[in-house]
Amino acid sequence: MNWLIDPFAEFVFLQRALLGCIAISLGATPVGVFLMLRRMSLTGDAMAHAILPGAAVGFLISGLSLGAMTIGGIVAGLLVAVLTGLVARVTALREDASMAAFYLISLALGVLLVSLRGSNVDLMHVLFGTVLALNNDALILLCSITTLTLVTLALIFRPLVLECADPRFLRSVSGWSGPVHFIFLALVVVNLVAGFQALGTLMAVGIMILPAAAARFWSDSIGGMMLAAVITALVASVSGLLASYHVGLPSGPAIILGAGIIYLLSLCFGPVGSLAARYWPRPHLSS
Amino acid sequence: MALAIRDLTLGYDRHPAVHHLDLDLCPGSLTAIVGPNGAGKSTLLKGLMGELPPLEGRIDRTITRIAYLPQLSEVDRSFPLSVQAFVAMGLWHRTGAFGGLSKADLARVADALAAVGLAGFDRRGISALSGGQMQRVMFARLLLQDAELILLDEPFTAIDSRTAGELLQIVKRWHGEGRTVIAVLHDMETVRQHFPETLLLAREKVAHGPTAQVLTAENLFRARQMSEAFDDMAPICERGAA
Repeated sequence: MNWLIDPFAEFVFLQRALLGCIAISLGATPVGVFLMLRRMSLTGDAMAHAILPGAAVGFLISGLSLGAMTIGGIVAGLLVAVLTGLVARVTALREDASMAAFYLISLALGVLLVSLRGSNVDLMHVLFGTVLALNNDALILLCSITTLTLVTLALIFRPLVLECADPRFLRSVSGWSGPVHFIFLALVVVNLVAGFQALGTLMAVGIMILPAAAARFWSDSIGGMMLAAVITALVASVSGLLASYHVGLPSGPAIILGAGIIYLLSLCFGPVGSLAARYWPRPHLSS
Repeated sequence: MALAIRDLTLGYDRHPAVHHLDLDLCPGSLTAIVGPNGAGKSTLLKGLMGELPPLEGRIDRTITRIAYLPQLSEVDRSFPLSVQAFVAMGLWHRTGAFGGLSKADLARVADALAAVGLAGFDRRGISALSGGQMQRVMFARLLLQDAELILLDEPFTAIDSRTAGELLQIVKRWHGEGRTVIAVLHDMETVRQHFPETLLLAREKVAHGPTAQVLTAENLFRARQMSEAFDDMAPICERGAA
């Protein structure tokens, strides 16, 4: 078992990486489960691109500073979320097209800003994150965002479930429909910003969506899916960090690929609605 | 009056779907809305729910708590919810967004499920229900909503006659409890037998009153004369100004 424990016992930077990954796994994956259940998985991807220009502006103003890039990312993400929602609710354009338009503009702006000043190495930092170099501030930020996310999800759980399952009914009994949608999008944004500290903008969405997609094959209740998704993310984090230590793989992609492998295994062999359930069905029950 | 509608025009893209409607409904009345397709029946219910702002006129109601069963529900049946959790949403007025479900609340849910003939379905997922069972579940949720005004849009369409009969008994039970019920229906036999009052609608009000006086051959013929298509070249309606 030494290969499992020793790296984390010996190296502080790996302990920090592990703590950061645990925080992301606990906060981002429940949000990912709701994204999946609302058929908004690709929205997560779009939002991840949308926060780039904000982070880039922060980077341009104060270099690789955590605070500036975080605030920039959150502002850009919320701006795209609110504009998308407004356009979808006020004009004839649907939410998906509206989101695509804004995130593409946002992404182009972000790449432009980063390349105006930074070298390619800096761009790689923003895109692919630095999970092995998390400082105290970054860890505090990650843990705070996770706490905020879990508390908020617990508070808005009922309206959020109802907004997913029967939005028209929610509108008929309360005024929560609009607010809960925007609160949820805000949670998506802050968790993507948390994820990109560690994993980079492109990988942050992976730890949100892949465990949720894998969890679909393990449970048919929301609670069960969240539990399966968190476990998936934790296992992927540990194995990704170990692979990065023992084999020298870049840690961010290794973690996401770990989640990807669990997803593929769940897709094939999970107990609920997987390929195995479809092509090797158990005998049917009597009437 | 439970509901007073004055000179109400509702519509889409300036085209009226309900045109200059006046209507008074007494508390505790049981009213059927009938009329041809495109007559504005569902639009009227949407207007009463406040989903559609009036183009003209107004709706006054003394009742605050309304329950609504839309014709096309937006329920995502693939969402992983149990029947119990789904029906419990009907207790929103007790729990609000944050309150928990007490033992007594869960007993209420079980009672409502028993009342629609689905005792023991608590743990079943809503994705595993047939169309008729889902409609029973919707009625169980309506039961829990404990509303003073209940709007039903084609509640008995696409379900078998036994289910329709049992759900109709629930509607009559609401009537007996003094709730105001409005139902959009197509089956004239059901209306004649079970609904004391009828509104015959063909974009405008053709007739409203005791069912036997409304559903005459002459009134039904007048309702059928309504043209279903919107006239794109229609001039601006001057009646409101008069």
